[in-house]
Amino acid sequence: MKALDHLLLLPVLLPLLCGAAMAPLTQGWHRLKFALGYASVLGMLASALVLVAMTDGGYWEKGIGVYLAANWAAPFGIALVADRLAALMLLLTALLALAALHYAMQRWGRIGVHFHTLFQFLLMGINGAFLTHDLFNLFVFFEVMLASSYGLLLHGYNAERLRAGMQYIAVNLAASLLFLIGIALIYAATGTLNMADLAQRIDAIAAADRGLVEAGAIILTLAFLIKSAMWPLGFWLPTTYAAASPPVAAMLVLMTKVGTYAILRLWLLWFPAGAFGPGYDALLWGGAATIVFGAAGMLSTDTAGRMAGYGAIVSSGTLLALIGYGQPSLVAAGLYYLLGSTLAVAAFLLLVELIDRIRTPGAAILAVTMEAYAVEDKPEEPVGQGVPAAMAFLALSFAACALMIAGLPPLSGFVAKFGIFHALLNPGAGMPVDAGAWMLIALVLASGLVSVVAMLRFGVRTFWANSGATRATPPRLHRSEVMPVLFLLALSAVMTVEAGPIFGYLGRAGAGIQRPADYVARVLQTAPAPGPVPGPAAVVAKEAAP
Amino acid sequence: MDIVLSLAIGIVFAAGIWLVLRPRSFQVLAGLMLMSYAVNLFIFAMGRLRVDHPPLLTEAAARGKPVDPATLAAMADPLPQALVLTAIVIGFATTALYLVVMIGSRGLTATDHVDGREPDQ
Repeated sequence: MKALDHLLLLPVLLPLLCGAAMAPLTQGWHRLKFALGYASVLGMLASALVLVAMTDGGYWEKGIGVYLAANWAAPFGIALVADRLAALMLLLTALLALAALHYAMQRWGRIGVHFHTLFQFLLMGINGAFLTHDLFNLFVFFEVMLASSYGLLLHGYNAERLRAGMQYIAVNLAASLLFLIGIALIYAATGTLNMADLAQRIDAIAAADRGLVEAGAIILTLAFLIKSAMWPLGFWLPTTYAAASPPVAAMLVLMTKVGTYAILRLWLLWFPAGAFGPGYDALLWGGAATIVFGAAGMLSTDTAGRMAGYGAIVSSGTLLALIGYGQPSLVAAGLYYLLGSTLAVAAFLLLVELIDRIRTPGAAILAVTMEAYAVEDKPEEPVGQGVPAAMAFLALSFAACALMIAGLPPLSGFVAKFGIFHALLNPGAGMPVDAGAWMLIALVLASGLVSVVAMLRFGVRTFWANSGATRATPPRLHRSEVMPVLFLLALSAVMTVEAGPIFGYLGRAGAGIQRPADYVARVLQTAPAPGPVPGPAAVVAKEAAP
Repeated sequence: MDIVLSLAIGIVFAAGIWLVLRPRSFQVLAGLMLMSYAVNLFIFAMGRLRVDHPPLLTEAAARGKPVDPATLAAMADPLPQALVLTAIVIGFATTALYLVVMIGSRGLTATDHVDGREPDQ
């Protein structure tokens, strides 16, 4: 094991230590806590960048880095594995966390005692879920992530958040039980929980036990589908997103993608090349139904937070349908879509709160009366320097988010959809484009059209209808709230300009997760490092000698 | 024994599902707890049910000497038991958290309905 291999542990260790160090600090120390949390996120960003360079730069054989926790050889101990896909997801997490934390600097991070602590633990859970390659360890990291998200969702305590939080917690507790049942079934049938070992054994399994493995895989996938909000398992999502405070909601967007990531990785590992057709079909049709549900939801709501939630559902549905369609060349385009849509919905959710500050005089009076009667732990409006041209900034950022969510040129949403269509219409030499592909194309186009209509309607009402006699006063925006939104939008612009290299990387990442043989060999053949102390056999021999 | 245990798990889980679908948050909590008991038993049973087989290696095996296959056959699988322990701890912690949120919701909304308001309001 080379010294740099320990870097693989950093994305889990850093937030754990940082969060633990912040736990005893009280509310008065929020500046120190913010600085600590910011340093930790920057460290995560640096380590994610290095991991991307290491997996893609040939530092590790076949681009797969294996870290044997506590130096136990692979099927017995827990293996942490970084490949191109995991490194990319770590990078996305760090970038989003940076934006969310910066947004929370001025207001949301200052109320409540444990915002920063929980935020770090959430990051630890997400990073761990991307890195671990042991099913039960994945469960543990999911629980770390969920437990902190329960706390964060309630951040800025009010009745709406409590109500949403209670349903969110109940749904996720039930999902965790499904997770455990799935793991138990898979263990009963195969006798292992290490993903590489499972991938190897699953082909050699007796036909009689095959049903048990498939049942286990389906129940496990149900747990992930609840997280990624597939219809009809995703009714909790819009309420939760709309209720959460903006920085938390931005991180919740990423959490739906963790479920999708787990499905993508596990299904390609266990059932490569359509080995379990009915399961893939279920994902395809479920994803299609999710797109329809999300699009209908976007049209039916007129609050921005819920609209963003339905936008996230549409993007989850598209990804699930792409996984279910099961065409290898689609993975790269799907991953590009995942990155772009996560950034877009997160930016939109951060923007929602700023847009809500535009108040017509009548609405302001109503809001004041409502606030007087509501119990709420609400941060104060920002003081200090405001941002010039606030209305122009809000309107233009909103337009950029709308373009990305709807998939119109020139931003990354268009490139993603173009990539998806290109892959769907070129299924390989001599293969016809089948009905499923046409249905997917039609659905993605229709959902894009619906998003345009919904976002336009909201934009017109907010930015144009408030002129003239009912002219809205420009809201006060703090620089620290504007920067993260601009940062996320700039990332999306970079993704558009650099689409070529990014697609190249994603293509290699997609090919990597579809080659279980290489991966299995790398994980199971990594030998534990020789220790400085003699092993137990030597100790026994020494004792026997005199 | 297999039939008795599977019946017990099934009945407890079914009762849990029924309670989770009830409108009062305390019923939901009790349902979640029952379901987690059933799931814990289920994980335990997935290590195969065997009587008089402790999950322990003999002293010789622990000292690195070659293990007699007969000793291994007389040993229960320890892994599901370790998994159950972890699952119990995590389930306990998250259920306690749900309880806290439930009490908070009861205090703030003055109702114990899961929607935070009575259906006729």
